[in-house]
Amino acid sequence: MPIHDQSYRRYRGERAPEGRAWTVIATAGIKTMLAKRKFLGLLLIAWLPFIVRAVQMYIAANFPQASMLAPTSETFRQFLEQQGVFTFFITIFTGAGLIANDLRANALQIYLSKPMGRFEYIAGKFGVLAFFLLLVTWLPATMLLIIQIVFAGNLEFLKANLFLLPAILVATVIETIVLCMVMLALSSLSKSARFVGIMYAGMVFFTHALYGVVFVVTRNTKFSWMSLQGNLQQLGDLVFRVDPRYGTPAWATILALVVIVGASAFVLERRVRGVEVVT
Amino acid sequence: MSDFPTDPVVTIKSLTVLYGKQRALNDVSASFPAGAVGLLGPNGAGKSTLLKTLLGFLKPAAGSMEVLGLDVAASPAEIRARLGYMPEIDAHIPGMNAVSFVGYCGQLAGLPPVDAMQRAHEVLYYVGLGEARYRNVETYSTGMKQRIKLAQALVHDPDLLFLDEPTNGMDPKGREEMLELIRDLAHNKGMNLILSSHLLPDVEYTCDHVIVLHQASVATQGPIDELKGPRGSVFEFRIKGDRAAFSRLLHDEGLTVHAGEEDVMRVFVPDQRGAHALFALAARHGVQVRHLRPSLPTLEDVFAQAVGEE
Repeated sequence: MPIHDQSYRRYRGERAPEGRAWTVIATAGIKTMLAKRKFLGLLLIAWLPFIVRAVQMYIAANFPQASMLAPTSETFRQFLEQQGVFTFFITIFTGAGLIANDLRANALQIYLSKPMGRFEYIAGKFGVLAFFLLLVTWLPATMLLIIQIVFAGNLEFLKANLFLLPAILVATVIETIVLCMVMLALSSLSKSARFVGIMYAGMVFFTHALYGVVFVVTRNTKFSWMSLQGNLQQLGDLVFRVDPRYGTPAWATILALVVIVGASAFVLERRVRGVEVVT
Repeated sequence: MSDFPTDPVVTIKSLTVLYGKQRALNDVSASFPAGAVGLLGPNGAGKSTLLKTLLGFLKPAAGSMEVLGLDVAASPAEIRARLGYMPEIDAHIPGMNAVSFVGYCGQLAGLPPVDAMQRAHEVLYYVGLGEARYRNVETYSTGMKQRIKLAQALVHDPDLLFLDEPTNGMDPKGREEMLELIRDLAHNKGMNLILSSHLLPDVEYTCDHVIVLHQASVATQGPIDELKGPRGSVFEFRIKGDRAAFSRLLHDEGLTVHAGEEDVMRVFVPDQRGAHALFALAARHGVQVRHLRPSLPTLEDVFAQAVGEE
């Protein structure tokens, strides 16, 4: 009897209930990214501002002559804004290939032939990018708040700025949702991760440049809804209760972000399929 | 094959699938019994479309489908948990070696990580990739890619396998080994499978039952032995003279003719007249018979009759 006759056995073990495949996809994606040295380097660099801010808080708490370094609610807003450059690179590095690479390798037929739906597939991919974005935004910002409490030795700052905890959460979660959806939608449009990265960078810069041109012509900041970056900045200002930098009303900013997410979801619905039908 | 239950594993009723205005499947009704079933038909007949519709990739315009007793429209995930699908095109998860890929597919199908990895090793040995299991799938040859597609379809031990052109692009030896694996799965491991192919020998070697699709419809279906059975006789036939003209005469007499090797015709005589019908016709038209030999009906004859090929 050939050896292969002996090696196939029926499986009688347990099976996970349906609806958990997205965790498998997310976990595998996160592990794949963490295995890349360049990406680990990027993550480490993304945490440098956190260290700088932590040192700033330590000095402010321990040396009265450095009281001008004491954090305010705006410190946290500034910190998250500084992280914007890292979220940009992490979104490209992590997100560009998430679906594009699967399209290149025809992996969607493999994924969708398993007991999972398209929503679960997208949720798994979303989870990979969301994990890393929150890792460089929500996590360090929340830790900074905790560090401030620890260094100050009291809860006075937190009591005075109780809105900060939910503000950090809301601002980072909204930013993560928007960036993940945009990047996944772009990633589903091409089989080349490199091209997707270029498309994303182009979209971020082009929309902001477009707003810049309109601003130069009209001298009015209320057109910031044209810019992806502008919308996220405006929303961040509103959530952190600082003076909004643009004249765009809150409803317009929120509507623009909802439209962006909705359009991305529409693209994903059209593109993530087990079979591509050309009629 | 008598060990298999008699309930069909797939039942399709009046299924119509449209690609825009094009009918990919037109009012197809079929019943796939347990065991190995061949889905046979020329390119573009709708074989892959049927499998993809059963998997839930395509939404039918009309009709209903049941797989393993479950309604495809109502329980797609439940069905896919019990299905293994080997796609026709090259497909893999990028950036993984073979064992990680197959183990990952096992996890996606609901196996715990440890079990999935153990099954991945076993299945890779089974399909003949044991020695290459730590190589990146992207470096595999075409034959190896076919095998790994089979491995990922098997890793969660499905009740039903969909194999879409599993021998595509394989060299003769690899093809033979793949067919052996498929035959072994169906006949020794008790796996139900549907083999979609345009290659008659592949279906004839591995399957017990066949459904022939032609131009988006079912041309014929049934057990292969029965379809090849004694409803007439087949002869290899060679004449001296105008072969095309004599073929037309045979056709007018209600006999089915299709070309064999070189100048030999394969003639199907659908009743009990046997060779006498051929000799009588040749004598009547003054045609010299050079060669006449009874032949066993093959799936090719069944196919030719079903799709009206000459």
